[in-house]
Amino acid sequence: MSKENTMTVGQAFIGGVWTEIPVLRLMLGLCPTLAVTTSVKAGLTMGLCVIFVLICSNFVVSSMRHLLKPHLRIMIFTLTIAVFVTIADMYLKAFQPVMSEKLGPYIPLIIVNCIIICRAEACAAQNGLLVSVVDGFAMGLGFTIVLCFLAAIREVLATGCITFSPMLVLTILKPVEAGGWFTPWASMLMPIGAFVTLGLMLAAVNQIAGKKS
Amino acid sequence: MDFLESLLVGFVGIVLINNFVFTKFLGICPYLGVSGRLDMAFGMGCAVTFVTTLAGGLTWLIDTLFLVPFHLEVTRYVCYILVIAGAVQLVEMYLKKFFPPLYKSFGIFLPLITTNCVILGLCLFLNLWQVDNIVLALVLSFGAGIGFTVAICIMAGIREAMELADIPACLAGAPIALITAGLLTLAFMGFSGMIR
Repeated sequence: MSKENTMTVGQAFIGGVWTEIPVLRLMLGLCPTLAVTTSVKAGLTMGLCVIFVLICSNFVVSSMRHLLKPHLRIMIFTLTIAVFVTIADMYLKAFQPVMSEKLGPYIPLIIVNCIIICRAEACAAQNGLLVSVVDGFAMGLGFTIVLCFLAAIREVLATGCITFSPMLVLTILKPVEAGGWFTPWASMLMPIGAFVTLGLMLAAVNQIAGKKS
Repeated sequence: MDFLESLLVGFVGIVLINNFVFTKFLGICPYLGVSGRLDMAFGMGCAVTFVTTLAGGLTWLIDTLFLVPFHLEVTRYVCYILVIAGAVQLVEMYLKKFFPPLYKSFGIFLPLITTNCVILGLCLFLNLWQVDNIVLALVLSFGAGIGFTVAICIMAGIREAMELADIPACLAGAPIALITAGLLTLAFMGFSGMIR
């Protein structure tokens, strides 16, 4: 089952952050994208967890790519991912208890995030260690960028500012209560805000890339 | 009587008010992927309902009888995903033997049920809500599956009608489906406040 690399390091990186950017081009990993993007901080935490899990799982899968049996493949992938997600979850519980509470079950749900299984299958199972790790990093980075972008739009429209911590609040549109002019859109925090914003983002990307889906 | 009432409230709650697709954003990938045709959407919904009920009951049993008494909570996620993968394998073999046409039309989507967030999400929520008896756990699991089926069937119906509509090129496909889903969540928000 020895195979040559199907892509170079550079291709893997560009693929992750633009040509195959996970949420917008491949339509994978939508559940966490919609669920955690109520604030930039939550989106960033989620993105970092995904980067960690992707790099580790790609590393492990790539190291044992010559031993994989076709019918047990998916099972091995999910088990590998589950182990790393457990590690990430315990780390968050210990060092970021508030965030961990807020993200709740969406951290363990990284296990069934299609991006990670897709990368294990499409890249790590066919490529060498270096390419796989770079690919994991780039895909995770692309995912994090989309997450933060979507979260920023929603948080600004819903509250008028981006809150990193009580000390660090970035006011972009001054809300009415604070003496400004902007009336916050409560619906942006609700499911409809998530669905419609992502829909419009996809449309914008399709328009820019000139791709017909 | 109280018990029966709590079961009914739990069921209605999880199907309509806390519908997993519309309020928890779980199972969005198959929701957008399979909802092109009504019959396939319904078949997918049935398969998911069956697997969730099986997996929900099994993981609840494993959790209470095995993981908690032996303090093995650390391995919870690994155990859950194993149970789900096993249940999906079972459904796959059953369909292959008794309903070959349905099995063929599912294609790649059947193994993908393993990575359907509804199922793992449900197992995790059962744990989070501290459901304390097996009957309630089963009813909630079944309800989550039905909720998913309802959501995906409504969506498939709308998308079948949408094929005739004139949609701007950049919105065609996934974007318009997402916006439709957003409007559906608004409709389902009308149910909130029905209980509690």
